[in-house]
Amino acid sequence: MHELSITQGVVDICQDTAAGRRVVSVTLLIGELSGVVPEAVEFCFEACTKDTPLEGARLIIEQVPARGRCKDCSAEFPLRAYYSSCPGCGGHHVTVISGEELRVKEMEVE
Amino acid sequence: MCTTCGCGPEELNHDHHHHDHDHHHSHEHEHEHGNGHVHSHSHDHSHAAENATARTVTVETDILAKNNRLARENRNLFFRKGIFVLNLVSSPGSGKTAILERTLLDLRERLRFAVIEGDQQTDNDAVRIAATGVPVKQVNTGAGCHLDAHMVSHAVENFDLDALDVLLIENVGNLVCPASFDLGENHKVVVLSVTEGEDKPLKYPAMFHNADVMLLNKVDLLPHLDFDADKCREMARRVNPDILIFDLSAKSGEGMDAWYRWIASRTRER
Repeated sequence: MHELSITQGVVDICQDTAAGRRVVSVTLLIGELSGVVPEAVEFCFEACTKDTPLEGARLIIEQVPARGRCKDCSAEFPLRAYYSSCPGCGGHHVTVISGEELRVKEMEVE
Repeated sequence: MCTTCGCGPEELNHDHHHHDHDHHHSHEHEHEHGNGHVHSHSHDHSHAAENATARTVTVETDILAKNNRLARENRNLFFRKGIFVLNLVSSPGSGKTAILERTLLDLRERLRFAVIEGDQQTDNDAVRIAATGVPVKQVNTGAGCHLDAHMVSHAVENFDLDALDVLLIENVGNLVCPASFDLGENHKVVVLSVTEGEDKPLKYPAMFHNADVMLLNKVDLLPHLDFDADKCREMARRVNPDILIFDLSAKSGEGMDAWYRWIASRTRER
């Protein structure tokens, strides 16, 4: 349940950026390979935002699809998991090019 | 517990329960902002809806930025002091502490060690390590499921860093959460014991992907089990083609020498 730490990180970042203003909504980018479950972040969000300028704010989570590039044949393809092999050559030397994101993208403040 | 670590589960022990977003007094509505764009909200307050001054602020900040910054500071400190640092991760019961005990007893005359023990509760593991004569600091995470860089930065305050060659950090037994938290180590070392399923690398790919080394422990039990070690290694390499694998048994001692040689070679390199 490290989503609690992750969500607390979101609240800290937003509070710093908001500088006292009330936060209306927060948009997060969560990659499919980030190891973070969006539903768990939603679950933690209310507890973590209580008595902060984020209390009552809307949480928007944009999931980022995982993509990989084969180191052997340079093909780019959607990754289902870290162990997905290259559909072109079948190799496992795959560089993750997206899907590990864990980022506060933007927020709406009053 | 310091509140700057970004983990702090204890200060989040609010005495209330979560409710669904379709709570009885919440409502869906659309409204226009000053800049004219329309979007929908789903929340139970009207504070923002009527506020025409609401505006979007680009943040683009990594959620783990704070932990990563503290980990970087740890890494710089360890580098300056010439300390080789390993972060041992695994599910509970794979034999992390047994591997540490044996390693310390066998290498303590050659290298100067310290150990950080991470567990949710108890100092049982620290007591076992202390019996080897090596300095140890127990970190109890309470409800926390992983160590973070901030905890490590405070734990190392207990050691004389000028008198250390190797710092071994035993993370909380958990194959999921510790994968996301850099502590400032040189390498994550994942321990998998042959009494577990050989498909653990595929079931918990993030951990095996992020580790540089895998210790396949309890190999003395292989004759009594159906565990397919070749298949396990193949699965680990599917997730991480570059992972370095040592087959060993902390109990019988077989395979430990190769692991020791690797530690010694990495320590000398520094």
